[in-house]
Amino acid sequence: MSSPAPLHHLDIGIGGIQVRLRTTSPEFIALMQARFRGFTGHVDAPDHVFDVEIVPVDYVEDEALDGISTEVRVLRDGPRWRLLCGDFDATWTPGTGRGTVRLHPSPYSLDSVLRILHTVLLAGQGGMLMHASSVMLDGRAYLFTGVSESGKTTISRLAPPDAHVLTDEMSFIRLEYGAYYAYGTPFAGELATPGENLRAPLAAIHLLAKGPDNRIEPMGPAEAVRTVMANVLYFARDDALTAQVFDNAIALAAAVPVRRLTFFPDARVWDLFGTTP
Amino acid sequence: MSTPLFLLRSDNVAARRIGDELMIMFARDSSLFSLNETAALLWDAADGRTPLAEIVARELCPRYDVDAATALRDATELALGLAERGILQVGERPFADAGDAA
Repeated sequence: MSSPAPLHHLDIGIGGIQVRLRTTSPEFIALMQARFRGFTGHVDAPDHVFDVEIVPVDYVEDEALDGISTEVRVLRDGPRWRLLCGDFDATWTPGTGRGTVRLHPSPYSLDSVLRILHTVLLAGQGGMLMHASSVMLDGRAYLFTGVSESGKTTISRLAPPDAHVLTDEMSFIRLEYGAYYAYGTPFAGELATPGENLRAPLAAIHLLAKGPDNRIEPMGPAEAVRTVMANVLYFARDDALTAQVFDNAIALAAAVPVRRLTFFPDARVWDLFGTTP
Repeated sequence: MSTPLFLLRSDNVAARRIGDELMIMFARDSSLFSLNETAALLWDAADGRTPLAEIVARELCPRYDVDAATALRDATELALGLAERGILQVGERPFADAGDAA
């Protein structure tokens, strides 16, 4: 009788939330360690523990992991959530902090599971993941959101040398003791490199548009909420949580300035952030 | 006399007033709608028990310079449009489960 394969684990900490992955595959752990570099490190008491089973891409007996479906489904079943797509099938019970993941051996699959997990966790805590780059300058974080090609990566590339890019793709916003903070994330976009694992009070959110000059304009409250809502990452088809996400967006837009930033793509745009409170 | 219509707010949406806008978000796909002033009046009055004609007479006619028949026709069209989007339910009888909507 053979002994069970040894379990390897990796702790990934994003936004102060520690997730432990346990798997028999050291190769997958190594892959994830590279993918989430800067955000890994052993912790004694992780907040959530997932047992990860790697399913070969050519394993066709699994209906859920068809490798084809790109629709993300996030379903609540009593205390348990199920996160599904063509390349992963995860269950998770927030109350116990335990979950399982069956996925294809791709860093993108686990990346997706972690993003979804954080959207659900943050929704319950007043925070959110937002399609936005975020840059920390002089101890404050500035978010830049907008449609594809609006300049989220560009503006983070143009940041001054003493600035820190928290992410060029997916901003992590937490509400802590009544104030909003932006955290660095390993979720990378065009830069293809993880953000810096830092945290700063959120100073402002900017809706980007490229133009012939640099200017910042205020938004009305409803437009600010629409801007936030249009860029929140959220998948769950769940009435209560959806209402919570809506309320979180309203609260964020009321507490943090949301502005329209038109910019010409060179470094001078960053001069605005020394003069705009 | 035409059949009375009754309106009830859908229960699978979240409605929040932000500034002077009433915003509606759908749970099914997180889509967001802003209601204009008249639509917002219908939403607020859609308790499932009050006939639309009474809502029009009480809420719309005093507010807008329009006769009751025209206001009712326009409000009916608007209510049906909101129902088509799933924001309101419209029926020819009072809604039995309208207790919480009032």
